[in-house]
Amino acid sequence: MEFLIASAIGVLTAAGIYLLLRLRTFPVILGISLLTYAVNVFLFTTGRVVIGAPPVLRDDIDFYTDPLPQALVLTAIVISFGMTAVVVMIGLGAFLGSDDDHVDDQVTPSNDGEKEGAK
Amino acid sequence: MSLFIIVALPFFGALLPGLMNPAGRSATAGVTFTVTLSAFIGLLTNLPAIIAGEVVTARIDWMPLLGLNFTLMLDGLGFFFAMLILGIGLLIIAYARQYLSREDNMGEFLTYLLLFQGAMVGIVLSDNILLLLIFWELTSLSSFLLIGYWKHLPEGRQGARMALTVTGMGGLAMIGGMLILGNIVGSYDLSVILQNRELIQADPLYLPALILILLGCFTKSAQFPFHFWLPHAMAAPTPVSAYLHSATMVKAGIFLMARMWPVLSGTPEWFVIVTTAGLITMVLGAVIAVFKHDLKALLAFSTVSHLGLITMLLGTGTAFGAMAAVFHILNHATFKAALFMSAGIVDHEAHTRDIRRLGGLRKLMPVTFAIVTLAALSMAGIPFLNGFLSKEMMLEEATHTVLFDLPLLVPVLATIGSLFSAAYCFRLISHTFLGPVRDDYPSKPHDPNAAMWLPPALLIIPVIVIGVAPFLVEPFVRLVTYSVLGGAAEMPYAHLKIWHGFGPALYMSMIAVVGGLLVLALFRPALTLWDATPRPEAKTIFEALIAAVVDLARMLTLPLHNGAFSRYAAIATIWIVGAGYFAWRTGTASLADYPNQTTDPVLISGWAMLVAATLGMVFLHRNRFLSLILMGIVGLMVSVGFVFLSAPDLAMTQFTVEAVTIILMLLALNFLPERTPVESTVLRRMRDTVVAIAGGLAAFGMAYYFMLRDPVAPTISDFHLANSYKGGGGTNVVNVILVDFRGFDTFGEIIVLSIAALLIYALTEALLGGPIRARLLNRKPQRPQAGGVHPMMMVVLTRGMMPVALMVGFYIFLAGHNEPGGGFIAGLIVSIAVVMQYMASGFAWASDRLRYPYHGVIGAGVLVAGLTGIGSWFVSKPFLTSDFTYVRIPPFNEFELATAALFDVGVFLSVVGAVMLSLESFSRLARRKDSPESDYAMDIDPSRHDPEPQSAQEGV
Repeated sequence: MEFLIASAIGVLTAAGIYLLLRLRTFPVILGISLLTYAVNVFLFTTGRVVIGAPPVLRDDIDFYTDPLPQALVLTAIVISFGMTAVVVMIGLGAFLGSDDDHVDDQVTPSNDGEKEGAK
Repeated sequence: MSLFIIVALPFFGALLPGLMNPAGRSATAGVTFTVTLSAFIGLLTNLPAIIAGEVVTARIDWMPLLGLNFTLMLDGLGFFFAMLILGIGLLIIAYARQYLSREDNMGEFLTYLLLFQGAMVGIVLSDNILLLLIFWELTSLSSFLLIGYWKHLPEGRQGARMALTVTGMGGLAMIGGMLILGNIVGSYDLSVILQNRELIQADPLYLPALILILLGCFTKSAQFPFHFWLPHAMAAPTPVSAYLHSATMVKAGIFLMARMWPVLSGTPEWFVIVTTAGLITMVLGAVIAVFKHDLKALLAFSTVSHLGLITMLLGTGTAFGAMAAVFHILNHATFKAALFMSAGIVDHEAHTRDIRRLGGLRKLMPVTFAIVTLAALSMAGIPFLNGFLSKEMMLEEATHTVLFDLPLLVPVLATIGSLFSAAYCFRLISHTFLGPVRDDYPSKPHDPNAAMWLPPALLIIPVIVIGVAPFLVEPFVRLVTYSVLGGAAEMPYAHLKIWHGFGPALYMSMIAVVGGLLVLALFRPALTLWDATPRPEAKTIFEALIAAVVDLARMLTLPLHNGAFSRYAAIATIWIVGAGYFAWRTGTASLADYPNQTTDPVLISGWAMLVAATLGMVFLHRNRFLSLILMGIVGLMVSVGFVFLSAPDLAMTQFTVEAVTIILMLLALNFLPERTPVESTVLRRMRDTVVAIAGGLAAFGMAYYFMLRDPVAPTISDFHLANSYKGGGGTNVVNVILVDFRGFDTFGEIIVLSIAALLIYALTEALLGGPIRARLLNRKPQRPQAGGVHPMMMVVLTRGMMPVALMVGFYIFLAGHNEPGGGFIAGLIVSIAVVMQYMASGFAWASDRLRYPYHGVIGAGVLVAGLTGIGSWFVSKPFLTSDFTYVRIPPFNEFELATAALFDVGVFLSVVGAVMLSLESFSRLARRKDSPESDYAMDIDPSRHDPEPQSAQEGV
C-alpha cells in the first residue's frame, strides 16, 4: 500500500513539474495545483498510513492515526485555494492587460530557442 | 534621564518634522530643536555621575541567546561624543532653518537628520558590540539619505552612493571583526571585552579581527586609501557637511578606535597599520587641500587630513597620544564645524564656493570674515587659539614616535602635514576674504542675518576660550582620556598649557607656519606644477571597480536569471533534486521499520484513476477545459484516499475546496484562450520530461522511504491525543488541534486567506478601473451562448436546496469539535451553497439579496477570532487560552460549550467571506457583459445581438 501511495505522489510530482515548465500561465497553474496535491499527500503520510482509525476519540478504542499532519494539511488545503486564486487572478490580469499569457518575459529574448513562439 | 530615553528621543522625534511640515519651516525646525535639546539636557543630567567617575548603564536583554542585549553605557568617552553630537546638532538645526530654501522640504531633511543623530548617539552609548553594529549601519543609511538629499543633483546622488558603498563595505568588514572579537572573549558586551586585553592580543585571530575592525573605522573616518568618498559627499547641503563630515559621522571611526584602544592598541600590528594610515592621510589630505578651489572641497580634504592626524595619535599607543587625540577631536569639532557653516554662508550669499571667483569679501561680509579667520587660524595652529594647543601636542608626540626604525620619518612628515595645513588655512583666508573687492560675484554678497551667523559664531567662543585658558577644559579632557585608556595605561602627567618652553614641537610649529606662508606666496607657480603632475583620480578608479563588479555579477546572474520563469523552475528543480541526491549518497539509510501493508483492491482502482487522470492532464493539457475536468478527478481521488486512510476531516475539506477551485478556474478560463498552442521544441519537451521524471522519482523515493520508517525524533502527536478531551474538551483531535492547541497558527492562516481574497478583490478593481474594462465589455464569447442563461429547473432546485445546504453546514460546524467537521469545512459548504445561487439565478439577482458585503464578513471573522483570543487576557491567561463547560438545558442532552467554538465561528466567517469574495471578484469581470443597464455609453454587448430573445434578468 505504501508503494502505491508513494508512486501516486511521484506521478503527481512529475506531472506537476512537467506542467510547471510549460510556457503559458494556465498549464503552469495546473502544474502548481498538482504539486500541491503531491505535497499535501506527502505531508499527510508522514503520520504513517493507517486504515480505519480516524483521530476521533471513542471510549473503547485506544489506537488512532496521527492527528497532527492532518491538522497541518487541512489548513494547507484551504490556503492553497487562496494561493491558486491569487495566481489565477494575476495570470488573468496579465493576459487581459497584454493579450499574452506567456509566463516568460517576452521582452528580453531568452537564449532558450523559444523566441519564435507563436502568439 | 535614562540612557534609553536619550537614544530613543531622536528616533521618536524623527516622526515629528514630517507632521509639522505644513505648520511652516520655523515650526518644523523648532520642534526638531526641542527634541535635540531635550536629549541634550537629558545627557547633561548624567554629568555629575560622569564627573564622579561612575559609568552609567542601562540594560534590557533583547535576544539573550544570540548575545544581543540592549545595553547602554555612558562613560567619559561616550559622554564626550554624545555631547558633541547633540550640542553641534542643536547649532546645525538652527543653521539649517536659515540655510535651506523654500523649495527644500524641511520636514524630510530634519527627519533624516534626527535619524542620523539617534544612530550616532546609539553608537557612542552602546555597551553591546552587536547593538553598536546596528547603529553603525544606521548611520551609513541615514547619511546616504542626507548626502543625497538634493535628489535632483547627479553629484549628490553619486556622492551618496559612493559614501554608502564605501562605508557599507567597511561596516560589513567590521561585523566580521566584531564577531571574531566576541567569539574570542565569549561575550558581546563591550564592558566585558574591554577587560580582556591579554586574552584578545594573545589570540591567533587577533590580527584578522584587528584588520576587519580597522577597515570599518578607516572607511568611516575616510582614512587612506578610503579617503576619496568624503570630498564627493560634499555635494550634500552644507548643514550636512558641517554635521556629518566634520563633527560627527567621520568621527565614528575615530570613536571606535578610541573605544577599542584598551584592548587593540599597543601591539606592533596596531602601531604600524594605524600610525602609517594616519600619517599618509594627514599629509596627503593637507597637500590636496591646498590646491582645491571649491571651499567645501578644501575643507573636506582638510578634514581628511585632521582625521589622519587623530588616527596617527591613537596609533602611537601611548597615553599621551590618546590624550592629544581626545583634545584634538574636541578642538577640530569646534573650528571645523564653524568653517563649514561659514563656507555655507559664503555660498548662500555669493552663490559660488569657487575661491577663484571670490576675494575681497572682508569688506562685504565682516562678520563672516571674523568667524572664518579665527577658525582658520586655529586650524593653522596659531597660538592663543585651541588648534595650536593640540597641534603642539601632536608634534610633541611625533618626535617620540619611531616608525620603521627611521627616527626622523614621523617628525618630518608631521611637520610637512602641518606646513600644508597652515598653507591651506592661509589660502582660505587670503584668497576668499582679502584682496580687492570684485564686481563680478554671481550675487552681491553681504552678511546674512544673525540667525545664520550665530551658530558658527557660538563655536568660535570655545575656540578662543580653550586657546587662552586651556586649564578650563583640562579636567574634562583628562576625564575622557581616562575612559579611553580604560586602565590599560597610566594617565599621562602632562598638562594642557600654552607655553611649554622651547622644544622641538615649538620649532616644528614655527617651521610649519613660516612654510605655510611661503607656500601661499609661491601659490601660482605651485599650482601650475600641481596641475601638470599626473595624479590617479580616485573617483575613476572607484567607478571602474564598481563597473567590473557589476559586469561580473551580470555574467553570473544573467545565464541563471534571464526573465524566463520556466528556466528558474527548471534550475530550482534540478538543484533541489541534486541536493537531495547528494544528501542521500552521503547519509546513512536505515532498514525499514515496517513492512509494506497489504493493498486493498479499492485502493488500486483509486490509484489507477488518479494516475490515469494525472497522465491525461499531461498529455491533454493543451485542451484547457478537458484538463480542468481531469484535475477535478485527481482532486476527487485524493479526497477519496483521505477517507480511506482515516482522515475524514481532510476528505471533506479537499472535496469542498476542489469544488470551489474548479468553479474559480472555470470562471477564469472564460477569459483565457481555450487551447495552449504548441511552442516548445521537441528537444525542450524531452528536457522537461527528464527533469520532471527525475523530480517525480525523487518525490517517490523520499515518500516511500519515509512511510516505512519511524521519524528520527519522537512525535508530539501523543500529547495531542491524550489531552484533546481533557484539555480541549473535544473528541475530534484534528479540530481541537486547529482551534485550540494550534489556535494561533489557525488565526494566522485565516488572516493569510483573508489577505489573499482582498488582494484578488483589489486586482479586480484595478482591472475594472483601467482600459481593460472596455476590452472586457467588447469581448466576444468564445463559445456559443446557451439559450436560457438561467435554466428554470436549476433555479428552482438550488433555491430549494439552499436551506438544506445551510443546515448541513450548521450541523457540520456544531459537530466539528467532537465529530469530523468544523469551521473550515462548514465555511466551504456554505460558500458552495451560496455560489450555487449565483450560478443558477445570476449575479445581479444574488448580489441584490446580499445583505452584508463579503469584506465585512471577512473582517467580522478575523475580529471574532481575535477577540476570542483576547478574551483570555481578562482571566490573566495567554492569548487564545480556551475553556469549556458542559451545559444541560432540560429537554436536550447535555452538550458542551467551549470558547474554541467561538473561535471556530471566526474561522467559519473568514472562510465564507474569503471564498465568496474571490469568486465574486472573478464573476464581476464577466458581469458587465450581461448587464443591460451598464453605465457605459460604449457598452457593445454581443449577447444582445443574439437572435435569441434575451431572457429576463432574474431568469425566472
